[in-house]
Amino acid sequence: MAKKPIGPVRRSFAPWDDPEAVPFIEFKNVTKRFGDFTAVDNLSLKIYEREFFALLGGSGCGKTTMMRMLAGFETPTEGEIFLDGQSLAGVPPYRRPVNMMFQSYALFPHMNVEANIAFGLKQDNMPKDQIADRVAEMLRMTKLETFAKRKPHQLSGGQRQRVALARSLAKRPKVLLLDEPLGALDRKLREETQFELMNLQEELKVTFLIVTHDQEEAMTVADRIAVMNSGKIVQVATPGEIYESPNSLFVADFIGDVNLIEAKVQERSATGTRLKAVHGDYVIDSGQETDASVGDTVWYAIRPEKVRMSVGEATAGTPNTANALVWDIAYLGDMSIFHNKIGDTSMRSTVANVARTVEQPISWDDKVTLSWDGDAGVILTG
Amino acid sequence: MRSGPTWFNVTSLVLGFSFLYLPIVLLVVFSFNESRLVTVWGGFSTKWYAELLHNQQLLDAFWVTLRVAFMSATLATVFGTMAALVLVRSGRFVGRSLFSGMVFAPLVMPEVILGLSLLLLFVAMDQTRGFWTVMLAHTTFAMCYVAVVVQSRLVGFDKSIEEAAEDLGCPPARTFFQITLPIIFPGVIAGWMLAFTLSLDDLVIASFTTGPGATTLPMKIYSQVRLGVTPEINAVCTILVGFVTIGVIAASLVTKRQQAQRERDERAAFGAH
Repeated sequence: MAKKPIGPVRRSFAPWDDPEAVPFIEFKNVTKRFGDFTAVDNLSLKIYEREFFALLGGSGCGKTTMMRMLAGFETPTEGEIFLDGQSLAGVPPYRRPVNMMFQSYALFPHMNVEANIAFGLKQDNMPKDQIADRVAEMLRMTKLETFAKRKPHQLSGGQRQRVALARSLAKRPKVLLLDEPLGALDRKLREETQFELMNLQEELKVTFLIVTHDQEEAMTVADRIAVMNSGKIVQVATPGEIYESPNSLFVADFIGDVNLIEAKVQERSATGTRLKAVHGDYVIDSGQETDASVGDTVWYAIRPEKVRMSVGEATAGTPNTANALVWDIAYLGDMSIFHNKIGDTSMRSTVANVARTVEQPISWDDKVTLSWDGDAGVILTG
Repeated sequence: MRSGPTWFNVTSLVLGFSFLYLPIVLLVVFSFNESRLVTVWGGFSTKWYAELLHNQQLLDAFWVTLRVAFMSATLATVFGTMAALVLVRSGRFVGRSLFSGMVFAPLVMPEVILGLSLLLLFVAMDQTRGFWTVMLAHTTFAMCYVAVVVQSRLVGFDKSIEEAAEDLGCPPARTFFQITLPIIFPGVIAGWMLAFTLSLDDLVIASFTTGPGATTLPMKIYSQVRLGVTPEINAVCTILVGFVTIGVIAASLVTKRQQAQRERDERAAFGAH
């Protein structure tokens, strides 16, 4: 098979922007309570066919409950879930065209790899020769041919993970649910597997729903990410939008590294907003309009890699420029993180280490100028 | 730290083992006694074993015991496994601690009381006492032992394995027989064997609940001993001891080998990767 270039294909795939598109999975005002605890709070969500969708959030945010409700292991307290236009209310897990890859892999310890993969197919009374073909295909796809006769306890962690994946894909489900699928793998294997997952999804054209607390993983694999916090969805967007235009302090802070600058609105105009930093003597000119009125306190969120550094002091009063003192430097190899002091607050900036030298042009206690483009950050009101 | 045998350790070991096993060794030795007098050694002989085969009463009792043990162990395993499943799986329900207490109460209940209450029940129900009542009585008290053994196996069981089976299209009942039962099977078998041996050597409960024509081996031995210990009884007991010893050794060997195999496999798998 000729490899399609991933970039253009991925960019052209955006059914969520199409008002005509019919969602494949739809959560309609779903609430799930466990006793007094509300795990999922009146949540609505649309996921489209062939999408690679990620539910991202910290532990206890309700992401796993969402997935388990879709698989049928939990029943919503209120609201309804639709799959391919059909309500899933009252449909038991064993009748849902959805398969799940469990965090613990949940392999059947008394069956060998082949039997594990064939288990779901046998439940459908598929003819024996077809089962054998499908199992062989899954083994090939996950590069497990030589392990077909092994029992799960004779496999390494990475191999078990592939068996779990093969087993959950063998039935050609309409939706594959992945519950923290790569959590138990070491970093290198995890990165490899992320790309394998993406290729597999591209090849099988199955809708994937992944639950993860690892933002890098979500950003790598997913077409769209829903960031969740205490049972609610905070933002649903593409990885790029989530990173560059977070809609709240929570998302800005949760995804990646960010400087949150407390500021007061000084001026509002049709072309943008002027902010005055609360700590430190500098102003920010942003092209972004805001609902906040003059005098309100807002937050300006800017990523460290978007802050430029130069030696020396800036002309006073230049917008988007601040004088600072280098306080601390963290050398990470590929880049360095600078902690700069502006008054009693700090602003981080990162510099890619493009030259092969351990000597830094900027050092501790240097006076530097920090500057950024007006639209490099976003104004957040909460 | 000093290792190796010390004078004190050796003495306690010898004393301990003598205390436990000297009576049994004596019993085995005297079962090969030529003399009719139990305490006088008259030379080696196996004639009491040959005689056993002609003692129809003892053989009948042995047969009754085996049947009771087999049937009650099987029934107790079914009920005990079900009780363990409910206790481990059902989470909280009204009366859970009461149920759990009631399942395990016979473990600490004096046998005499259990036997007496069962006798009263059977009388109240107007049941003719005999084979079936003994069998049911043994099921009752063996069940809680099975529940304990199976429960310990279920506690370490990853519930997502069952969820995975259901997720792959397997209805709950089939999931139990194809997934859960094979995984907890070692516990179930161990429970069965425990129930079997408990039934095999029970005297008190059987005495309370039995009737004419259903005398178990322990009852038979007990009643004969009251008339005087015969070498024949020694022979029967030696056979019983042999049975139990072989069973216990076999079971522990199988478990050990399985564990060793598993550890080897795991080492191989992780080493190769």
